[in-house]
Amino acid sequence: MPNMANPRRHPRQAGDDGSGGNRSLPVLQNTTRRAAVKGGFATLGVAAFAAAVSPLKQAAERLSPQEFFQKHYEELTPQEKQRVIARLEAEARERFNRDVTIADDRPIPGTKFVYAINLSKCNGNGRCVEACHRENNHDRDTHQSYIRILEMPKGAFSMEDATTTYDGVVPKQDKYYLPVQCQQCDEPPCVDVCPVKATWKEEDGIVVVDYNWCIGCRYCEAACPYHARRFNWKEPNIPAREINPDQSYLSNRVRPAGVMEKCTFCLHRTRRGKLPACLEACPTGARVFGNILDPDSNIRWILENKRVYVLKEELGTKPSFFYYFD
Amino acid sequence: MSTSTAAPPNQVPSPSGPTRLSYLRFLGWSLWLATEGSLAFYAWMTVLTAVFLVGANAWANQVAHGMIVTHMTDHVSWGLYIANFTFIVGLAAGGVMMVIPAYVYNDRKMHDVVIIGELLAIAAIVMCLMFVLADLGRPERAWHLIPGIGKFNFPISMLTWDVIVLNGYLLLNLHICGYLMYTRFLGRQPNPAWYVPFVMLSIAWAISIHTVTAFLYCGLGGRPFWNSALLAPRFLASAFVSGPAFLIVALLLLQRTTPIRQLDGPIRTLTRIVQVTILVNLLMLVSELFTLFYAGGSHASAGWYLFFGLDGHRALVPWTWTSVACNVVAAVLFLKPGLANGRHNRLLALACALAFAGIWIEKGMGLIIPGFVPSTLHEIVEYTPSLTEWRITAGIWAAGLMVFTIALKTALPTLIHPHPEDSSAQVRTASANGS
Repeated sequence: MPNMANPRRHPRQAGDDGSGGNRSLPVLQNTTRRAAVKGGFATLGVAAFAAAVSPLKQAAERLSPQEFFQKHYEELTPQEKQRVIARLEAEARERFNRDVTIADDRPIPGTKFVYAINLSKCNGNGRCVEACHRENNHDRDTHQSYIRILEMPKGAFSMEDATTTYDGVVPKQDKYYLPVQCQQCDEPPCVDVCPVKATWKEEDGIVVVDYNWCIGCRYCEAACPYHARRFNWKEPNIPAREINPDQSYLSNRVRPAGVMEKCTFCLHRTRRGKLPACLEACPTGARVFGNILDPDSNIRWILENKRVYVLKEELGTKPSFFYYFD
Repeated sequence: MSTSTAAPPNQVPSPSGPTRLSYLRFLGWSLWLATEGSLAFYAWMTVLTAVFLVGANAWANQVAHGMIVTHMTDHVSWGLYIANFTFIVGLAAGGVMMVIPAYVYNDRKMHDVVIIGELLAIAAIVMCLMFVLADLGRPERAWHLIPGIGKFNFPISMLTWDVIVLNGYLLLNLHICGYLMYTRFLGRQPNPAWYVPFVMLSIAWAISIHTVTAFLYCGLGGRPFWNSALLAPRFLASAFVSGPAFLIVALLLLQRTTPIRQLDGPIRTLTRIVQVTILVNLLMLVSELFTLFYAGGSHASAGWYLFFGLDGHRALVPWTWTSVACNVVAAVLFLKPGLANGRHNRLLALACALAFAGIWIEKGMGLIIPGFVPSTLHEIVEYTPSLTEWRITAGIWAAGLMVFTIALKTALPTLIHPHPEDSSAQVRTASANGS
């Protein structure tokens, strides 16, 4: 039987006869006493750890058991959905002292939404950006919006030479403007990479996020080739009187901190027969939206008669978002 | 800790084989052993505990106030956490460079201390999991990632593959190390059937953890800097530099501070491995740079940002060249004849430290940040980690070093008195008769 190292002795001495220098603390030769001291330090360590992580209490107080155990959107029964929505509405009332309605707008059968922008008309005025900001209850501090407009030099199609931080009077003589938002891809890389299926594509083509299921890993944000996804780095700050009370579960309800969000083609409007807020705000008429499955729709006419193109076609994402020039 | 755990270690366990309580006694004995040591050991653990507590406090504040306390943005949406995660996956995979000589090439001396590489893998994977948790915006929803309970997007999401391979690798190594240490505690010969197949599996598994982690990035078509077929091989080449480099330094330290003997052979073997892998890694770097810059175009802009700066944005440039300098100097030092003969240990340690630092930058910030700069719409937003991010990162490193130190402490008896030729049938018969 090989000898076990005697644990009472310092491991350095395990190989020799113990006559070497003992580097253990001198007062602690006795095993029971050593155990007591070790126990004391362990208790101290645990107490220090508890103190260090005490800010977690703050976060835990905000988190109800109902929210913690809430199932994925697609697994909620109609009754459960109702209860969740009632809870969220009550939370909004408490936080903003405003009555909001959170609907559960579902896709309309036989609908596939498609967007197109006429770049000959767009003049970069940015009303769409602003309308999105207000309609979708975005954080006021960061002036968040789902739309970015690239100002590009004429004579090339080069994002490298573009800027999103232009100002001054638009349109500038030598520039044209490219608004970019979620392209609602038919092969969305963001949906593929999500490890928990917190984002998916619905039947009408809209890619949505379950804000109550997303774990906030931001893999989708890395995967999106169009910079269309946004993360809630903090709880959105919106003055109560500016809240848009007309909300939907999968779109513009006020998002919790730490989760992803994105353009939903304003599904709380479009699934009720209205147009997206960015389109209504556009003063140039550059934006066209509609159901591609409807042969009489404007969007269908444009796709059939204009030379339309999509962004980054080579990536194979198959956007439902088209651009064209007159 | 109670006094009951203090009692059993006093007796050498009886040779009559395990009883129902012997595993509990093994755990208590391990705990006792892990908390024994010199003044230097207690000082080391106290420092690590202090740094860990600072990190834990920073993380708790991040959870309470949101990820706004980091300096990540929608443009650079992964930062220091994922950078360290990526590097440390390599460290975990690098431990396999002790396992392969020990089990595939039957290097006896390596076999006696191979558990050190496996313990490094355990500590590294624990750090990886902590870094992922630190990066989550909603850490309390981490249970959504558990197959069966949550909603697991397998096999489409590469992140689900990473969850499987990282946790699988952790379990494999816990089993292998735990089994060997437990049999040592019982004074029995380990039965190869109970661990050798797992060791063989762990070799393939080690390759998989770094390959899958590379696939997380290179599978994204919208990020040209990552979207390269060379990424996974480069990850492995650099892992087989950083892992062995860390282990060489650890073995040099163990040689000085513990009675473990015959570490010269393993150190020599690991040095020879790094002599090759560090050159392979540099070759791959050259290959990648040539492809980027000779062809040019917009795909090269991330490369320009990394090495020369882009439109006056140069935050990463000093880091990049430091990394290149570390790697090149380390490669030259490793070419020195007789570096591993035991007479140039300081130089060897220096070479290892340089290689480790060089790859920490290269596979960390040097890999993650250029994926986001310029952004997919070619905007340039730079990133410098916040104090909170540095604190949490330091805390996780301290936690990892604590796990590694405690694991080594617990394994000391196994390392000082290795099982004799446990793969020979003769000994197995003898031990069967003995018990």
